[in-house]
Amino acid sequence: MDKLTAGVVVFPGSNCDRDAYFALEENGFKTRYIWHDFDQALNYDLIFIPGGFSYGDYLRVGALARFSPVMKSVEKYVLQKRGLVIGVCNGFQILTEVGILPGVLTVNSSQRFICEDVEIKVNNFETPFTNNIDKKVLNLPIAHKEGRYIIRENTLEPSQIVIKYVENPNGSFEDIAGIINKDLNVFGLMPHPERACSKVLGNEDGNLIFQSIRRYLSSGQSVKN
Amino acid sequence: MANQLKIRELALALGLSNSEYESIVEKLNREPNEFETYLFSAQWSEHCGYKHSKHYLKKINESYESENAGYVEIGNKAVVFKVESHNHPCAVEPYQGAATGIGGIVRDILAMGARPIALLDSLKFGDINQPKVKNIFEGVVSGISDYGNSIGVPTVAGETSFNEIYSTNPLVNVMCVGVAEKNYLVSSHADGPNKLIVYIGSKTGRDGIHGASFASKELSGKDDRPSVQVGDPFTEKNLIEATLEILKLKGVKACQDMGAAGVLSSTSEMASKGGLGCEIYLDKVPKRQKDIKPWEIMLSESQERMVFLVEPGFEQEVKKVCEKYMVDFSVIGKTIEKKHYVVKKEENGDILADLPIDVLVDAPEYYRNNSTPTSFIINRAKKFPKCKGHDLKDILKKIIQNHNVASKKWIFQQYDYKVGTNTLLIPGIADSSVLWFKKTKKAIAVTIDSNELYTYLNPLEGTKNVVYEAARNLVSVGAVPLAITDNLNFGHPDDSEVSWQFEQSINGLIEASKELSTPVVSGNVSFYNSYKDSSIYPTPVIGMVGEVKDISKLTNLKFKNVGDFVYLVGKTDINVERIGGSIYLKIIEDFIGGEIDPVNPIFEKSLQNFILDLINKSVVNCVHDVSKGGLLVSLVESCIVSSLGFNGELGNSVEELFGENQGRFIISLSKDNDDLFQKMSNKAGIIFKKLGEVKHQDDGINIGSTTFDLKKLTKLYFESISKTVEE
Repeated sequence: MDKLTAGVVVFPGSNCDRDAYFALEENGFKTRYIWHDFDQALNYDLIFIPGGFSYGDYLRVGALARFSPVMKSVEKYVLQKRGLVIGVCNGFQILTEVGILPGVLTVNSSQRFICEDVEIKVNNFETPFTNNIDKKVLNLPIAHKEGRYIIRENTLEPSQIVIKYVENPNGSFEDIAGIINKDLNVFGLMPHPERACSKVLGNEDGNLIFQSIRRYLSSGQSVKN
Repeated sequence: MANQLKIRELALALGLSNSEYESIVEKLNREPNEFETYLFSAQWSEHCGYKHSKHYLKKINESYESENAGYVEIGNKAVVFKVESHNHPCAVEPYQGAATGIGGIVRDILAMGARPIALLDSLKFGDINQPKVKNIFEGVVSGISDYGNSIGVPTVAGETSFNEIYSTNPLVNVMCVGVAEKNYLVSSHADGPNKLIVYIGSKTGRDGIHGASFASKELSGKDDRPSVQVGDPFTEKNLIEATLEILKLKGVKACQDMGAAGVLSSTSEMASKGGLGCEIYLDKVPKRQKDIKPWEIMLSESQERMVFLVEPGFEQEVKKVCEKYMVDFSVIGKTIEKKHYVVKKEENGDILADLPIDVLVDAPEYYRNNSTPTSFIINRAKKFPKCKGHDLKDILKKIIQNHNVASKKWIFQQYDYKVGTNTLLIPGIADSSVLWFKKTKKAIAVTIDSNELYTYLNPLEGTKNVVYEAARNLVSVGAVPLAITDNLNFGHPDDSEVSWQFEQSINGLIEASKELSTPVVSGNVSFYNSYKDSSIYPTPVIGMVGEVKDISKLTNLKFKNVGDFVYLVGKTDINVERIGGSIYLKIIEDFIGGEIDPVNPIFEKSLQNFILDLINKSVVNCVHDVSKGGLLVSLVESCIVSSLGFNGELGNSVEELFGENQGRFIISLSKDNDDLFQKMSNKAGIIFKKLGEVKHQDDGINIGSTTFDLKKLTKLYFESISKTVEE
């Protein structure tokens, strides 16, 4: 089988793009950066929308990135090709802003940026992003000022809430740390799995997510045309 | 004649002295015009001209100010680093002051062609129980947080201390570390005539005009605000990526950031360092507003701007990169053979200034014969108060929750210290932070340190102590100290006591740097820091970088296993006559005076080598240097951070427990390694003293005479600052 491929979307202001690249390569993906100014078919097994401050997060987080040409391609990739997309931190914010994922992310209840390691519980092991996770509680770093998940009319099915904080650090609704769309191909989360991908960094829990994606893609359910 | 008087008045109003003005006239052989007078006022300011420090700085390193930042080589990589202050801007506008402080130092590193990979900060405030100080404190922390996080450079380490003397004039020193391939380092020296001077970044506005002269006087309390710049981290992030791409292009020759005195100093220094002159066309400078005056364009310190020197014909490539990253691009001038600095309204238009470039760039140099002030002798002669009637538990509680000792988690948690996924030791768990060179075994350790009590009581020995402590912090994690950057924060340079303190401090820095074979490769000076009409304590801040050869050997200050032995290594018996500057004397006795403990270079060098040897041979499980707060506080820190207790003997007197002496480390090791450890220390001739054993958390900390409740101490340690801020 060909090597699995991943594209990391880079907006002006993205700053976890290189971290995502490193983590994906470490997990055996052939990885490419995708500069945001691009509206063509995405031929990848996985699209990673990284964290950072797209367009400086001026206005509202993710609000400007949604107008980047690449997001049209991402929408097509999600809807038409049923491709896998993972959005981390600012990536999650952008996916909610575009409407691919429900809800919004707003400023933490403390009003301050929080950088720390948190424990998260896995709530659904039956997704392309969690199927290979062999423990209930993972340790992952968070680093955000606007990570409080809010949903006005709760249209989420319980299974869509993929991960929850053990101790809610930012005031998120129902302790939500990450959700998936109803078609199960788009996963958005505030914690950073790409920062927990190496023994040297003292934490490999993030790799469980990458391994799940690999397992899903390699098991014949591949979304690639 | 009337005009001559007007120009002289303008010169004086802009901060030049009578004699400086006369020297300009003499050197030019004519009066400067109004526009030129503005140029001189900025270029000859203390901030750009280093008038009061040049004489001394030359003794440190001839090339101290030759490039934007200094570097050390590790393999085929160059580690570029520098520290800079933004004290005055933070006093009047804490948030923007701190934010633009980050922006500025990051661009210094970037200008060398290095990708910025880490930020560290040394922050000094007054008492945060005072509402005004609290305001400054919160503003500075959020300014660093919002700017540093947004540009994706992790803030990995730092120090914060609180003392009344910084109430109105905080110190905000930021260090940036970057990495470049050695062969791709960029110079700021122009390399030939008729090359294009290319401006990229934000448009030039009115912000930060006179910033350089503002940094070169004491704060007046009025009219200070217009001198503060406003930061735009998004543009900075784009500028970082754009610059790194541009520097890879063919035809790009030199690079310089626009810092103090903006277009003027960046272009004049670039040309003069290359032994050339240059022409600047003002109509070509991208502007934010139409009515900005010519001299304002030259002096503006608008943020997020860089200049490049580009071979004609290659500018379109540069422009393309600028378009990608949405930053302005403009060719604003060119280098010329004649060593003159020429400013024109437009390329073939009126000449606004035509100055011999050396006269403009070389500010005068001042120094005096300093004599030892009596305050120094009086302070030393003060007798230490005898501690009596205090309860040990009470003292420890007071010290551990003092803001100078308590955990700084409330601060560093607001900084993204992990972005880049290189941070191997995060803040709070070791004496320095460590950054990995991905896919290799190598890393660098970084630290930033100061001790205003030591440097006040004895600027020479105090400065040496700070350098040695920085080295100890690197050694504690297993890194070999390589090089130094410094930020020298002092009071008014015309004050004879300040001048003496400065000279002493420089001498201490030079001595320590030689003894440790760690050259000072870059630095910054900040004068005019004051409190209530007098100068602040002399506060040299030392940044240091060390090399970790094998990341699998890294250590930190956490105890690891119950039953591990705990030793004090190095100076085992405290010299009670030399505990001046100890934080416990200040906190408990409100006493500052007496002799500080000087470092013993030969002893200290062999001690540091011994500790590195223990780490390299994996003999030890934990290393922590004994510094602020003394032996007991260091032990308690290791217990708190590891959630493990202790049982043993530390000494009986408060001097032994809390007095500060130099050259001491706490280590822990498993019983199995005890023989090996003792053999190695005997062979190296290093003395040690067994303190006790690591215990369970519930056992608390038993030091023989007293048992302390670890959980209570932990709560005090972590909640002290957050409680004060959030009340």
